[in-house]
Amino acid sequence: MEQFLQHLANAVILGGTYALLGIGLTIIFGIMRVVNFTHGELYAFGAYVVYLVAAALGLGFFLGLAVAVTAGVLLGALMEIALLRPMRNADIDTVMLMMIGAWIIMQNSELFVWGGVAKAIVTPFPEAPLVLGPVSISWLRLFVLLIALLLIVATYLLIHRTRLGKAMRATFQDRETAALMGVDIDAIHTATFAIGSGLAAAAGALLGPVFLVTPTMGDLASLKAFAIVILGGLGNITGATMGGFILALVEEIGAGYVSSGYRDAMGFLIIIVVMLFKPTGLFARAERIG
Amino acid sequence: MRRALPACWLLAILSVPLWLQDQYILHVLITTGIFIIAAMSLNLLLGYTGQLSLGHVAFFGIGAYASALTTLGFDVELLDGVHVVHRPWPALSGLLVGVVVAAMSGYVIGRLSFKVRGAYFVIVSISFAEVTRLVALNWVGLTQGPLALTNIPPFTLSFPGLGSYTLWDKAAYYYFVVAAGLLAYLVISRLVGSRIGRAMIALKENEQLASSLAIDVTRYLVLAAVVSAAVAGCAGSLYAHYLKIIDPDIFLFIYTVTMVIMVITGGKGTLAGPIVGGLMFGFLPVILRPFAAPAVQWILYGAMMIVVVFALPQGIVPAVKRWTANWTSPGRVFCQPDDLP
Repeated sequence: MEQFLQHLANAVILGGTYALLGIGLTIIFGIMRVVNFTHGELYAFGAYVVYLVAAALGLGFFLGLAVAVTAGVLLGALMEIALLRPMRNADIDTVMLMMIGAWIIMQNSELFVWGGVAKAIVTPFPEAPLVLGPVSISWLRLFVLLIALLLIVATYLLIHRTRLGKAMRATFQDRETAALMGVDIDAIHTATFAIGSGLAAAAGALLGPVFLVTPTMGDLASLKAFAIVILGGLGNITGATMGGFILALVEEIGAGYVSSGYRDAMGFLIIIVVMLFKPTGLFARAERIG
Repeated sequence: MRRALPACWLLAILSVPLWLQDQYILHVLITTGIFIIAAMSLNLLLGYTGQLSLGHVAFFGIGAYASALTTLGFDVELLDGVHVVHRPWPALSGLLVGVVVAAMSGYVIGRLSFKVRGAYFVIVSISFAEVTRLVALNWVGLTQGPLALTNIPPFTLSFPGLGSYTLWDKAAYYYFVVAAGLLAYLVISRLVGSRIGRAMIALKENEQLASSLAIDVTRYLVLAAVVSAAVAGCAGSLYAHYLKIIDPDIFLFIYTVTMVIMVITGGKGTLAGPIVGGLMFGFLPVILRPFAAPAVQWILYGAMMIVVVFALPQGIVPAVKRWTANWTSPGRVFCQPDDLP
């Protein structure tokens, strides 16, 4: 039982960042119909920016976090304008292939710049964990959860309470009609990809200090993000949030009680099972964003 | 002239070990040939049925592991102390087992994943490949895990009454790969030229229309997956017995990406496409090696992929066909741009 509580606590903390990854991908997938293979690379990009600012330049972890999210948003906007905008009317497979090309370029650029050796990021949080009865949690992980939850709430408010969010939801439901009502579709797509990329970079920046930063860290992150999106249903932000926590829980339970070697297999098994029995995702109503 | 062209190509391919002195180039040719076979199998799914299978490396790896394990033998303990022991078999039977096991997994995976289409199919196919990789990594009793399967013996061809011949040297292995490649090419070209192939192309062009014409969509997709998996398994087996060592990294996504790049660059849905694309990407590392680090090479491949998608979305082979068709006078057109394959 005590062990189970510890697993539960770990899952909640990991789930917050997984949810960030999933929300970022689900709005891109939902609004732009782009299977974004670079999502994991933006996650790795976020982690490397934190490493650069905090460890290499010595400007501190918190500043690194802010710079990472900003840089992720800017890189996402740039990619949308340079790569995706010219391919707006291409079919989904063609765009997917282009994104695979972009993914190869980004990952190998990281390898080229930083080398293959894993980097560790030191944070100002105390080493001694917070002990609550049978459960012990490090302060860093608690902070990660807090920021992740803040970002989830902020994204939710952005989608539901702002003009931009309203335009995004309209574009998701019907691109042509939204355009006729005066929504600038180009701007919406750029904003969507930028926000999604910023969330991925934030997830990487938050998990970078918890784990290690390596050039290939994005691969599994991409695939896990896909698992979360499929679990939650296309374009469903609440679903992606739930999906993130469910994936983290399944991984923790799988690693704790089955075998730690199969930890990463859990996400893929989830994808396969959900696709076989409920291809619309667990939380799907009609396909809509929000 | 047109009839003589394949024979000329074949002669050129077969004569290579006679004049080529450089063993490194021969090695590149062999591995490129193996990946061309794998790319041809991917092309059957991607180019003819239109399904982007990004888990294709699963069949390649399953073929490699099945073949190596058949040849090396194994002793696994299942859950309740039951031992499954297999004594080593000859290498050539390993090739056969590799093909059959890959085809069977193609059937199972095809049956399961063709329930969904498009982006979902892509993600399900990746998931299958990652699960097989993690099984190969973690089922140490069977696969040795990260320690790799080593000392995989080369193929031995035995001729009744003439003794046997083991493929120790590279030239012999080159001919063996060429023979396997020709066989795969013939199987795939016969298949896509047949009624079955036309049904596959029909359902790529318009699945609803095809099914309204009584084409059993799932059946044809699964059939394509089985043939494709069998050919990929053959390539995997050739790879394992050539390198003599395989580890779970054979299942990495990057190998699927390599095959996809070969098919897309060469031209999906054409028989020559994977060969042209395969030769290009097989020899680019040789050309680039003196100038660029591996990471830089990969950056160039990624950039090339984006350029191809932008500039030649159909790939090189259809573009060349179009140019030659325009270049020759209309009265002498022997190659229509749309008579693909």
